[in-house]
Amino acid sequence: MPHVHLDLNIPTGDEVKTTTCYMCACRCGIRVHLKEGRVRYIDGNPKHPVNRGVICAKGSAGIMQHYSPARLSKPLLRVGERGERKFREIEWDEALALATQWLGDIRARDPDQLAFFTGRDQSQALTGWWAQQFGTINYAAHGGFCSVNMAAAGMYTLGGGFWEFGEPDWDLTKYLMLWGVAEDHDSNPIKLGLGKLKARGAKIVSINPVRTGYGAIADEWVPINPGTDGLLAGAFIHELLRTDRVDLDYLVRYTNAHHLVIRAPGAADDGLIARDLEGNALCAARGLSTSRRPGESRDPAPSALPGEKTLEPGFRRDDEKEGPAYRIVDATAADITPLIVGEYTLADGRSAVPAFQLFAERFMADEYAPDSVVEACGVSAEAIRRLARELAETAFDQAITLPQRWTDTHGREHAEMIGRPVAMHAMRGIAAHSNGFHTCRTLHLLQMLLGAIDTPGSFRYQPPYPKSAPPANRPGNARKSNGALNAGPLGYVHAPEDLIVDADGKPRRIDKAFSWEHPFAAHGMLQNVIANACADDPHRIDTLFLFMANMGWNSAMNTTETRRLLCERDPASGDYRIPHIIYSDAYDSETVAFADLVLPDTTYLERHDCISLLDRPISDADCAADAIRQPVVTPDRDVRPFQDVLLDLGARLGLPGLVDASGAAEYPRGYAQYIVEHERAPGVGLLAGWRGADGAQAGIGAPNPAQLERYAENGCYWHYEIPAAGRYYKMANRDYLDWAKALGFVGSTRPIVLEFYAETLQRFRLAAQGHGAMQPPERDRARVARYFDPLPFWYASLDEIEALSPDKVGGEGWVRGRGSNDDESSKPGVNPAMALSPDSNPVRPPRPVPSPQPSPPSPAMGERERAAYPLCAITQRPMFMYHSWGSQNKWLRQIATRNYLYLHPDTAAANNVDDGDWIWLVSPRGRIRVQAKLHAGTAPETVWTWNAIGKHKGAWKLAANAPENVDGFLLNDLIDESLPARGGEARRANADPVTGQAAWFDLRVRIERDADAQLPGHRIELHPHGTRA
Amino acid sequence: MTTLPPPSPRKLGLVIDLDICVGCHACAVACKEWNDGGEFGPLPDKDPYGAEPHGVWFNRVHSYSVEQALPDDVTRELTVHFPRSCLHCETPACVTVCPTGASYKRAEDGIVLVDADQCIGCQLCSWACPYGAREFSEQKGTMQKCTLCVDRIYNETLDEADRQPACVMACPTRARHFGDLGDENSAISQLVAERGGYALMPEFEYKPVNRYLPPRPRRDGCDAKPESREPREATLDQDKLPGALRWLDRALSR
Repeated sequence: MPHVHLDLNIPTGDEVKTTTCYMCACRCGIRVHLKEGRVRYIDGNPKHPVNRGVICAKGSAGIMQHYSPARLSKPLLRVGERGERKFREIEWDEALALATQWLGDIRARDPDQLAFFTGRDQSQALTGWWAQQFGTINYAAHGGFCSVNMAAAGMYTLGGGFWEFGEPDWDLTKYLMLWGVAEDHDSNPIKLGLGKLKARGAKIVSINPVRTGYGAIADEWVPINPGTDGLLAGAFIHELLRTDRVDLDYLVRYTNAHHLVIRAPGAADDGLIARDLEGNALCAARGLSTSRRPGESRDPAPSALPGEKTLEPGFRRDDEKEGPAYRIVDATAADITPLIVGEYTLADGRSAVPAFQLFAERFMADEYAPDSVVEACGVSAEAIRRLARELAETAFDQAITLPQRWTDTHGREHAEMIGRPVAMHAMRGIAAHSNGFHTCRTLHLLQMLLGAIDTPGSFRYQPPYPKSAPPANRPGNARKSNGALNAGPLGYVHAPEDLIVDADGKPRRIDKAFSWEHPFAAHGMLQNVIANACADDPHRIDTLFLFMANMGWNSAMNTTETRRLLCERDPASGDYRIPHIIYSDAYDSETVAFADLVLPDTTYLERHDCISLLDRPISDADCAADAIRQPVVTPDRDVRPFQDVLLDLGARLGLPGLVDASGAAEYPRGYAQYIVEHERAPGVGLLAGWRGADGAQAGIGAPNPAQLERYAENGCYWHYEIPAAGRYYKMANRDYLDWAKALGFVGSTRPIVLEFYAETLQRFRLAAQGHGAMQPPERDRARVARYFDPLPFWYASLDEIEALSPDKVGGEGWVRGRGSNDDESSKPGVNPAMALSPDSNPVRPPRPVPSPQPSPPSPAMGERERAAYPLCAITQRPMFMYHSWGSQNKWLRQIATRNYLYLHPDTAAANNVDDGDWIWLVSPRGRIRVQAKLHAGTAPETVWTWNAIGKHKGAWKLAANAPENVDGFLLNDLIDESLPARGGEARRANADPVTGQAAWFDLRVRIERDADAQLPGHRIELHPHGTRA
Repeated sequence: MTTLPPPSPRKLGLVIDLDICVGCHACAVACKEWNDGGEFGPLPDKDPYGAEPHGVWFNRVHSYSVEQALPDDVTRELTVHFPRSCLHCETPACVTVCPTGASYKRAEDGIVLVDADQCIGCQLCSWACPYGAREFSEQKGTMQKCTLCVDRIYNETLDEADRQPACVMACPTRARHFGDLGDENSAISQLVAERGGYALMPEFEYKPVNRYLPPRPRRDGCDAKPESREPREATLDQDKLPGALRWLDRALSR
């Protein structure tokens, strides 16, 4: 019987406003449907270039985030002890006066005593600039513990990279290799793209220790051992070189693979690229003519080349046939025929070899042969050879030709675009290891060998990238007369002179970023701030100012210890080690408990924001794009947008740029005014769209007072298409570079040379070898010399390496990965129950799972530790919570209120663990009691859990007996932010030695049974600070 | 007991592609949000911030490990994500068992609905449905279920492009499709024909309208074909090549 009353024409609401989602870092366009002033429904904006109308679980649950009972409602001043959650509500005037007093004192005394770290900030174009105006070098967001290895390796290699800097060619690729990609960053574009690939029949390969999400729909799952991706990629390279399946023409056109590297061991120029007097890189080229197009500006007559010398390659007897047919020429010249192997003599007699030769020698060596890496990677040699073959077949035998004319940077016209339809994408699974920088560089070189950077069907840059590799902006390291830093606090160091170190070469930043310990720490090292500050290492700070960084919980490594340190007092003075903590958050998170002053932020639906091309772009490969958030509802609490508060504080402090000549606030109307009026350079502001007084200009133009209205009319985004001729080969495409220069994305239209050979790294290695005015302290010399290798290489985790005696660390080789020891447990047949069926798991070689029993004593400490902790432990966040900070959402928590420890059934059997047992997970740091769940989609030597579902009692307005608080857990408690002390020296960060990326995924564990496995309850038992088992 | 209308030529339903569902729960939450504030809402949540939060959902996503049989006794293990909601059966037992007529099937398009004003909360329909598609709301005392967003798909206050179920609009991999499965020429009927779409548990003979598209064949090592042509490396004698110098004679162009 039909409904008695059924109205099918009820309007969704009475008003629709567009804005940008902030439920994760993806930044989709949303439509917020309002009914009587309340949010009724949020859906995806169908016109938005990021999500094209789709919306993820987090996005839809945004309504419950907005109405969360955990929202803060008033500024708070601590009245109890730190951590007790005892506060007094205060008025904003009092709160801002107090903050101004603390910060003003610091600025007068020493601006570096402010550590300003902004977590998952999407307004770094403002917050970084604010820190610069304040004058502190101690600023960063959360990239140091997220994926800086990906970003830095990309920037130093390609002048771009994965995620925000590039993407697979979703429309044309035929083969997508996902490395360590969980259901994470760029969530909706990746999902939209995977759907397209599937519909088109493209093959998807997931290289990941865990098969969930994207791995589940991949054609092939490669359950690799964590931290060995660089070795697997190296084996692919080995195979491609062995079978001569590489795009050498691509290498000499777009990379520096043919550039000559000076070979002068012990000399100050060893390993640098040979250059002429004008600084042009040199190469050896075949033939006598370096014909160039007439009118080419940098076209000296052949005889005018200072480095020129006609000669033969070093070890070739070719005189009987061709005579002296080789010349040393400008490597960037057009229409030359470069040589990529051989040994050559420069005009001044120095010897040099093409970078490619050094690369080929390294990767053709047996260490990278598939048979050599099987044990470490846990991938069979047959699978490695087959996958390498598939890469080559797709790139070369299924090449794409687009009938699209384009003009290269030499002015040569091409009738078509050749595409190598192999795309790669990598993310945190690669990044979060102490070998992540070199692993990511290995991936990029693998892409280059396939000719698969910014061609049809391959990885593609997203504007404003590519930029020069590395980008030009260096971190600020000195204060001007007005107290402001001479540049933004984050950037890219190019040479030792750019480091932020003192006269003794010691770190100046509180996190030790940009020091000899972590020279390329482009995103800072938030994970080390609290421990360093409490150890006065390298110096004390007065105020820790945090914005949406949950350092009292899941954003901290070593969480329990970090929580203790936040409350630690200096015995001498009785004061807290960190005297002041100011925290801004919209929600009552774990970190609120440790703040002295809490500045309550709005929700993302109550504010202006700016998704700026100066910060983290949302462009795609065919267009530049930026976006805003606009307030769609008015706060019903006494809260203020953090960015408004920051501008207000800046004005109260009288910071340069934040007050006018009379001392009045420059931006009294807050962030909305700043977004429109602030200019970083003449005509360049936070938003690129509708610039100029009449809004007619793109990229560069005077501020437009109506700019925000124009954005709002257009769905809160701006989208500017690249001309068709400029959409591929962007690094050397005149059509693209002209377009990009007009928008202010690049400073010149000269080609961007891909750094196959990273000369920048060699400059640091040379310093470590005793050259130049800036050299590392003795303690860091060997480390810098080793890890600043201009060609990528693979090494086991730093923790393992540093634990080894020196004779175990080979110069060129690596410490063998897990399972290479000869103890009984690794011999086939000892544990028959653990043998895997090759049928069910074709790419993985049949081999036993490591036994939990410690192996017999071994002379090397590293090997002993490996045997004692035979499993890798990693985390990921589920798609419905990824990067979704801010609350425990009423709907999302119904999907998962707690986490488990997942392990392969064979691993469980080997450890006598049943599904649902409570067990102890033990690392050198201590042990945690967790509940096990069997999961066939887990590599047998790996255990894993969903991260950040566990919460701390008292936060988020969850009931005390909520499963998040009772049964949920963080793996963070087992992960030290520092490596163990060795040889009586101060501890180093548990981080990549190049970039400072937190090495979360280097964690090794073992399983211990609990006598009462059925008794529920999570517990944490740790060794005292600074010690391990 | 409630009688069914005569079979309708128009059979609105969903087609869900299990080949590309990544299990992200976007459909489930979009459904919850739309319907919580829509004509059939609210969808109450019990103990939302407590020990056992449990609310009404019209759509839930499950994950399974399954073994796929391949030739030669080889099996392949797959993780399959499986969204589950009302299948809008052609002969639904949940309707025929209803003592009040609250549960009914629309004659015009086959959508199965519950009229909360007539529902007495006896839950017979819940017992009758083998698919677990119905959810009892303790707070309301009535049965709730997927409506195929009937308050969207005919809603003239929405743009025409938006007259689709919320789950279909939300799905980030575009794994969900909506349309008339009674029309063999409709786009989704053709998708079903092309991809071998199947009905869930047809043996119960309730004739589900919704269809699932099975995972496409996977191209992994399990069924790697022998090379159709001679592998390139076989034509090179590796031992005779002098390492990197093999490329010395290569003429490259810049």
